[in-house]
Amino acid sequence: MANVPEDLHYSKDHEWVRVDGDQAIIGITDYAQNSLGDVVYVELPKVNDEFAANEAFGSVESVKAVSEVFTPVAGIVSQINESLADEPESVNTDPYGSGWMIRVKMSNRGEVDSLLTAAEYEDFTKAESE
Amino acid sequence: MVDFGGWDMPVQYPAGTIEEHLRTRTHAGLFDVSHMGEIDVRGADAIAFVNRITSNDTTKLVDGQAQYSALTTPEGTVIDDLVVYRLAADHLLLVVNASTTDKDWDWIQSNHSGESLELNNVSADYCQMALQGPDAQSILQILTDVPLSEIKYYHFTRGNVDGVAGIISRTGYTGEDGFEVYAPPDRAEQLWNKILDAGNTGTPTGVLPCGLAARNTLRLEAGMALYGNELDESTTLLEANLGWICKLDKGDFIGREALARQKAEGLKRKLAGFEVVERGIARDHQDVVVEGQRVGTVTSGSPAPFLKKNIGFAYVPVEFASVGQQIQIDVRGKLVGAQVVKAPFYKRVK
Repeated sequence: MANVPEDLHYSKDHEWVRVDGDQAIIGITDYAQNSLGDVVYVELPKVNDEFAANEAFGSVESVKAVSEVFTPVAGIVSQINESLADEPESVNTDPYGSGWMIRVKMSNRGEVDSLLTAAEYEDFTKAESE
Repeated sequence: MVDFGGWDMPVQYPAGTIEEHLRTRTHAGLFDVSHMGEIDVRGADAIAFVNRITSNDTTKLVDGQAQYSALTTPEGTVIDDLVVYRLAADHLLLVVNASTTDKDWDWIQSNHSGESLELNNVSADYCQMALQGPDAQSILQILTDVPLSEIKYYHFTRGNVDGVAGIISRTGYTGEDGFEVYAPPDRAEQLWNKILDAGNTGTPTGVLPCGLAARNTLRLEAGMALYGNELDESTTLLEANLGWICKLDKGDFIGREALARQKAEGLKRKLAGFEVVERGIARDHQDVVVEGQRVGTVTSGSPAPFLKKNIGFAYVPVEFASVGQQIQIDVRGKLVGAQVVKAPFYKRVK
């Protein structure tokens, strides 16, 4: 059973968002890392890059496949997780912690309210895997 | 599970591709490769016929020996690569790729003219279990009385595994020592479970069940061609570095003339192994760039879990195929530096 922390917001593309004031920390969910398999490479944007909501900001690669990752909220990148360059496997082992990907200064704080709650996301993944 | 030539096959088992790959290199991995096709050739002219439709020299085989070879077109390009098993002087078994079995079967039948022999597509009569890795022999020996150490590389024998009569062959597609067991398909589950048990699956050094993804990374690291990637009907054996299975002096065979001409005239392009030297992973079908020009295409690109590098094969003009040549790979719009290296990328210590 995939781990879905209560205090986060989720997208249907399997990203999570942790709100920290006007900033959003973004990564991929436990469900997503589990379906990808061993992550061997993470491509991230640069600080100050600007993204619209649902725009691809980078990619995650397993041995077999490449998957794009999307930011669920619009904003400007304020920080990236540089440790993923050497430890991409953190995305597998700690997707909600050391496997975080980017921190974004949100253009519209209200956007997170349109995302899925933990319970909604859990229902969504159940439906998807059936 | 993915569809693979009409077969539902697992891409990976719960341990994951990297662990499956590493375990096969260090201990053992088990692959259910029952999807492979088998074509039976029996009759007085069996050897002469197969010698005429394949590029390697079938007449050099002795009973109990296997040979890597290819079915070639008149242009010297590749219908399929295959392994030819000599069961007897009048009996050969051709083991071909799953996705090409129907095409091969049609091609072989259409080229049969006059020789005294019987052809049968017996793909449904065999399952195939490939047990690969340094521990393969000791694991399989638990289940058979056949003295496995006496079977040399690319040789085989008939024998029982867990009481099931089959063919035990010292062959594989991983770059490791190992065996491929051919047996009746209704015994597949029994053999699969018994081999896993004998190999202490579930323990840290035990045999791991392996899926298609690890099969691909293992063969790529070992520098082996995959039909549909490195080989197809638009590439010749010489371009694919398979001159060693083109026996141009053995007598006539389909494609001999074209291959001899290409050898005399020299190649225009060839398959080159490369290693990515900057950050990024090359993938199948990406472009190869040299000094701003698109000069070739990646046929297979992947992380190499044992070597911990990102590697690949690409067709490039011969002038860019030498070891040390700097190239770039267009990885989704970003040019990533790579260099041509010697293949195989990985060679086991014997």
